[in-house]
Amino acid sequence: MFFIDPVRPVERALITHGHADHARPGHGSVLATAETLGIMAVRYGAAFAGATQTAILGESLTLNGVTVRFHPAGHVLGSAQIAVESGGTRIVVSGDYKRASDPTCLPFEVVPCDVFVSEATFGLPIFRHPDATDEVEKLLASLRLFPERAHLVGAYALGKAQRIVRLIRQAGYDRPIHVHGAMEKLMAFYAGQGIDMGEIVPVRAADKSGLKGAIILCPPGSLQDLWSRKFPDPVTAFASGWMQTRARARQRGVELPLIVSDHADWPDLCRTIRDTGCAELWVTHGQEDALVHWAGTQGIKAKPLNLVGYGDDGEAEPAGEEPVVEESVVEESRA
Amino acid sequence: MNRFAALLDKLAYEPRRNAKIALVADYLRLTSDPERGYALAAMTGGLMFPQAKAGLIRQLIAERTDPVLFALSYDYVGDLSETVALLWPAPASPTSQNAPTLSAVIKTLATAHKSTLPGHLTGWLDALDETGRWALLKLITGGLRIGVSARLAKTAVAELGGLEPDAIEQVWHGLSPPYHALFAWVEGKGPRPASDDPAPFRPAMLAHAIEDSDFGKLDPADFTAEWKWDGIRIQAASGTDSQGKRVMRLYSRTGEDISNAFPDLLDAMTFDGAIDGELLVLREGRVQSFNVLQQRLNRKVVSVKLIAEFPAHIRAYDLLVDGTEDVRPLPFTERRRRLDMRLAGAVNPKLDLSVLIPFTSWEQLAAARAEPATAGAQADADAVEGCMIKRRDSPYLPGRPKGLWFKWKRDPMVVDAVLMYAQRGHGKRSSFYSDFTFGVWKGDALVPVGKAYFGFTDEELVQLDRFVRKHTIDRHGPVRVVTANAETGLVLEVAFEGINRSPRHKSGVAMRFPRIARIRWDKPTGEADRLETLERMIETKSPHG
Repeated sequence: MFFIDPVRPVERALITHGHADHARPGHGSVLATAETLGIMAVRYGAAFAGATQTAILGESLTLNGVTVRFHPAGHVLGSAQIAVESGGTRIVVSGDYKRASDPTCLPFEVVPCDVFVSEATFGLPIFRHPDATDEVEKLLASLRLFPERAHLVGAYALGKAQRIVRLIRQAGYDRPIHVHGAMEKLMAFYAGQGIDMGEIVPVRAADKSGLKGAIILCPPGSLQDLWSRKFPDPVTAFASGWMQTRARARQRGVELPLIVSDHADWPDLCRTIRDTGCAELWVTHGQEDALVHWAGTQGIKAKPLNLVGYGDDGEAEPAGEEPVVEESVVEESRA
Repeated sequence: MNRFAALLDKLAYEPRRNAKIALVADYLRLTSDPERGYALAAMTGGLMFPQAKAGLIRQLIAERTDPVLFALSYDYVGDLSETVALLWPAPASPTSQNAPTLSAVIKTLATAHKSTLPGHLTGWLDALDETGRWALLKLITGGLRIGVSARLAKTAVAELGGLEPDAIEQVWHGLSPPYHALFAWVEGKGPRPASDDPAPFRPAMLAHAIEDSDFGKLDPADFTAEWKWDGIRIQAASGTDSQGKRVMRLYSRTGEDISNAFPDLLDAMTFDGAIDGELLVLREGRVQSFNVLQQRLNRKVVSVKLIAEFPAHIRAYDLLVDGTEDVRPLPFTERRRRLDMRLAGAVNPKLDLSVLIPFTSWEQLAAARAEPATAGAQADADAVEGCMIKRRDSPYLPGRPKGLWFKWKRDPMVVDAVLMYAQRGHGKRSSFYSDFTFGVWKGDALVPVGKAYFGFTDEELVQLDRFVRKHTIDRHGPVRVVTANAETGLVLEVAFEGINRSPRHKSGVAMRFPRIARIRWDKPTGEADRLETLERMIETKSPHG
């Protein structure tokens, strides 16, 4: 018996990727890619599970008479789909995935299957994410237009932040990029995996006013928080698939929305489901209704799984969001 | 069209007024005629496309999308134009080189037959990108709510030529899209357009709030005083055009033409000229409260019933044009004398003169301001919100010149209320909790009675923000609920200009212009005011609770 991405501690867990809603500490044993195990160790400490086992992409393992195989999902570094095969039926649990190119992780691999388990974070036809390269160019254009203003970019600490850094580097920007303290360790981890981040400088409270014209990455919640004060006349940017609708961007006080998503948009969700050739679709989290409806029109049997506990990886709908770092920052501002 | 769309898109995300002006000015500078002129018309609300209705847009998208997917998407986005812009399927072969210009769109819409409209619209939507589609749909459905007022757009035009915004206002009403002559003038390539409108808007003169320390420096003999009526400041202009036809227009303080909303006033001006006055509702000769007037405002359809129930009236303060003579350079007393003569000559139930308050010392004026009912305002005293003090020799100048006109408002009403909820502000204040909902006691529970987001200093805002963060007990989306009970919480002294019954508010009362006058760190929440106190204020209109 084993569980994939369990939300509660279990004896044996298979983990698709390192986001906190999928990878939780306290399991008896964890089977995941080397990168995902590394990310969990960075986040939860070396003793995050009783035992760990590294999954090699494309290699079959047998667990309780069931064949299990990991394939790249294109979501973040180390992210994998897990194919489970028994009695001639193959189920692919895709975790979170995207088809758009990402310089920080392996591309998604189509795994033909009978049952495809898909997320639906951006499962509405209004979501057609533009090329991320063009979005990052918007940031650099703003920087040229306002060379005196600090550019604060909200981005999720695992995956999005590193992808943004790589895209900025690929666009030819080689000045230091400043990061919120909560991002330091993961930036270092990516660099340690051979992904060139260039010069990354943590932001210290005292330096803030000196950061004219700098790019500063921070967790999305920090954009509106005490932490964001004292930067010189900041431009507030937010890199997220949610930035596609104006109201959502404005609700968060974002001045420069960057539509960059680590999840598949609507056309890619549909394309992927077709590519797998699945006869049945199970939808985990997000906008399930539209995707289930669409699958029905394509003759694919579909159902929502109504799972609870997923979707708070920073791409999830920002509701009453509050940053995890708030209390410590309050202390800092008092000092 | 794509460049105009990009401008609208940027404006939608820009909270700062000066940055918005810069964006619009940049666009106007870099865009050629007539494109920029139509853009200006779109931003100043000068375009109407009665044939292009939301129904047509729904029909076009219904032909292209699954109805369930459309419904789910619309539900999520909440805005028809944006939903359709996002959903519109990309054509098989991209046609972006055929993207229409704004001028082409506007000209076509003005002349196209209704039956050809779907074809035009489809062609444009196929050729535009997402932002372009959004802007097009916003434009034609008349929903161009992009945080740009007509005044802001005119300010940007003025910036092109280093002019004052009021210089644009002076000629504005004689002009029409695409404003060739206007742009030629501001860019120094043509003469100032002769405003041939017989009833144009003249920029309003505004007053400064008087400070206690001012009285010692001002000689009462140099000033006159009159009541400040609690209505809507307006300008009524009338003239005779080249065909001999009389034209009358009613403008808001900012120059917006509001004539259509007040057909009952359009024959009130029995002589050519322009007057500055207050728009009020009078019933049987008595001035009604602002709350009553408000029910007459912002109506799409002005019915006969509405006019009968809320009869509009102009109370005149000043004369700007007498016949065709511009009298603005004359001293106030001379303009007043002429105004008096004009109004005395005609018995007009819709237009009367605002009386002067006799006084020889500031103490005497203070007494009149405290008791308008016995100082000339009589039964209309409730509709007085203070007095205006004007230098006898003051010319009528646009804007808010120093030292000429002062307003001396009645002391505001004040209650002590308890802070209940807080929300983040916008723009510069987006990291602060700066929108505060406060309540008063009803029985042993607090009931919210209003919301205030100004009145405090920057220093106080930091303190309030800190209080909210430390005392949050619950969150509903962006709203924080703070500790507020009989033992703990924060008392705010809230000042406001008026209070009325309101069935729309849970508490049954609505305040006018509430702001935070003081933070009462010292006051226990149990001693904050009760709802009965506010209700009593409605009965008596007494300024203190």
